[in-house]
Amino acid sequence: MNQEKREIVIPSQLLGEIKNKKAGKGTFVENGKIYSEILGILNNNSEYVNVIPLKGRYDPIEKDFVIGIVDIAMASSWLVDINAAYPALLHVNEVPWDVEFGETEKYLNHGDSIMAKVLQVDQEKKLQITLNDRNLFKIKGGQIFNVEPHKVPRIIGKKGSMISLLKKYTNCRIIVGQNGRIWLDGSDDGVKKVIDTIKMIENNALSFGLTNKIENLLKKDAKDVH
Amino acid sequence: MTIIPSIKRDFLVKLAEDGKRADGRKFDEFRNIEIEVNVISKAEGSAKVKIGNTQVLAGIKMDIGEPYPDTPDSGVMITAAELIPLASPDFESGPPRENAIELARVVDRGIRESEVIEVDKLCVVPSEKVWLVFIDIHVLDYDGNLFDAASLAALAALLTTKVPAERFELGEDYPLPLKEPPISCTSVKYNGVVVMDPSLDEEAIAEVRLTIATDKNGDIRAMQKGLNGSFNLDEIKKIIKTSLDNGRKIQELLYKSAGK
Amino acid sequence: MNSDIKLFENGKRLDGRKNDELRKIKIEVGVLHRAEGSCYLEWGDNKVIVAVYGPREAIPRHTQNPLRAIVNAKYNMAAFSVGDRKRPGPDRRSREISKVISEALENVILVEKFPRASIDVNIEVLDAEAGTRCAGLTAAAVALADAGIPMKDIPVACAAGKIENQVVLDLGKEEDNYGSADLPIAISPRTGEILLLQMDGHLTVEEFDKALDLAIKGCYIVSDIQKKAILEKYQPNSEGK
Repeated sequence: MNQEKREIVIPSQLLGEIKNKKAGKGTFVENGKIYSEILGILNNNSEYVNVIPLKGRYDPIEKDFVIGIVDIAMASSWLVDINAAYPALLHVNEVPWDVEFGETEKYLNHGDSIMAKVLQVDQEKKLQITLNDRNLFKIKGGQIFNVEPHKVPRIIGKKGSMISLLKKYTNCRIIVGQNGRIWLDGSDDGVKKVIDTIKMIENNALSFGLTNKIENLLKKDAKDVH
Repeated sequence: MTIIPSIKRDFLVKLAEDGKRADGRKFDEFRNIEIEVNVISKAEGSAKVKIGNTQVLAGIKMDIGEPYPDTPDSGVMITAAELIPLASPDFESGPPRENAIELARVVDRGIRESEVIEVDKLCVVPSEKVWLVFIDIHVLDYDGNLFDAASLAALAALLTTKVPAERFELGEDYPLPLKEPPISCTSVKYNGVVVMDPSLDEEAIAEVRLTIATDKNGDIRAMQKGLNGSFNLDEIKKIIKTSLDNGRKIQELLYKSAGK
Repeated sequence: MNSDIKLFENGKRLDGRKNDELRKIKIEVGVLHRAEGSCYLEWGDNKVIVAVYGPREAIPRHTQNPLRAIVNAKYNMAAFSVGDRKRPGPDRRSREISKVISEALENVILVEKFPRASIDVNIEVLDAEAGTRCAGLTAAAVALADAGIPMKDIPVACAAGKIENQVVLDLGKEEDNYGSADLPIAISPRTGEILLLQMDGHLTVEEFDKALDLAIKGCYIVSDIQKKAILEKYQPNSEGK
């Protein structure tokens, strides 16, 4: 099982029939047959057939934690890029500060990074985010590293196992946004190790048993250093 | 528009203070350069140049036309550049704007003013018929430093150009007569440090830019300063030196790639 | 038609192909760093490169459709891609081709998933040698899949035509110039439905049937090359060792 590779599928690829399986994410049904609608990884392990996208923009889901970059400060709101197809609106009511009308620039400006939460995704895909919750703030210092949004779950690991490993072995502060942006702060060596490891996770995101492999690697590295 | 996060700006500045760049290069170091020639069969000469992730294609077309009245015995060169939306999410289709025009003019000047093309050998009938040399620059992938990538692609394309004399019933095809070309090197300054061959991020935070074309003899053949910042004299002298050093290496690579 | 030009020699076409034979096709996926999806395709001496950007909020705003994404294919020929230098920028021909390609692609893209957005497909013809719209559409479809755009199929295009009273597949340069009909089509290979259809020249109904049949067969061959190229790029190899 450890060495098994996941199968890549492409749009229009036949994945099964609805009499045997339920059509899940990344699929469509025509004449009783289930097809993939995207380039992705086939996940056939439950009663559903799902395809997890390999590429593409972040698809916002309410309550997701995302790292946003402010594009424009408007009179009573900001437009924020969250790596989705659409910009997200951050209204002055959704920030922890008392912002006077027309004074948004005093608080957040073009280029500022924020840790935010997706508040609402409406039918027209108009997006709203908020800073009114725990652990949401304007980000200062450190750096942001981008990964394909669909690989975020692998980078976080089961119940955060992968991220805990990375924090433990590198002493870096790490925040992973569901939208594929990762914020890092720490020593030069630590940050480099995190980035190298994340790249490795990205490249190996298709193989099983990755957490163990990565832990062994980080352990070995740690031994080399000390 | 692509937004450069402020913390990325701060990060690049902090790195620079420690003498480093985000991709691990030294301040005076170019990214890896690849030159591939004769990539377009319909063109009289062509080349694709990669500097890091930046990719530029140059194609040369030739035709017979009238000379300019003030140079009746000389061929004519015309340079055009298009920043097509293929190359960047920030490029829009439509007629060339300021940036594309500046790019075309800087490439043109580096070649024209240093007389790389021996236009006096491109006369067919004085005052009536001369060769026209069209240099078309096509940017495929934009990751910073288009000036150097475009100039180098144009030169490599020229080095492989065959004058299509047969097609115009003017005898056999022959290589386009050229002199040794100068090499263009671009530097930018941010937060007091000067770096060679800026990446897209470095370009985005640059305060001032300088492009210098130098030749094999170590002479300066063209310059273009850009953006609203300024250099001091020491910085300019230093940039000339690093441009000469890099120019020599790139010239070698250019000739090798063009099979000369 | 110019009767002086012979398009067959010893029963074979000028480039040595049989009547039902395609030119050589090579497809590379993910060749550009900035684009969200990209494809480089060589089809005989044609060379095209395609970059996909989006879905992203459509600008200007008045072009937005509140219910679905608009598909913006832009077909552009490089100045050096043809015998006589082409003036840069769009002309009537490239606008028309952009329109029919956009419409064909829109048919398979799940546009209703992205209201108000645009999906921008930039097709650059770098070297042109007859059949660039088929090459462009075929490469665009691959670049769309590479960009992770949801679609019901990967469309594919191919042409058939008539030269010296024979129906042949995939016209080459001389055949296109001196032949008597050209029929470029694009299909959805999963359903067999026709997404693009143009014809110029002169065909009897029987010849049309034969040409269409041949073009569809060509499409399926090209479709296999497309799919293989995408899988080769993304199917994990030995990296996991």
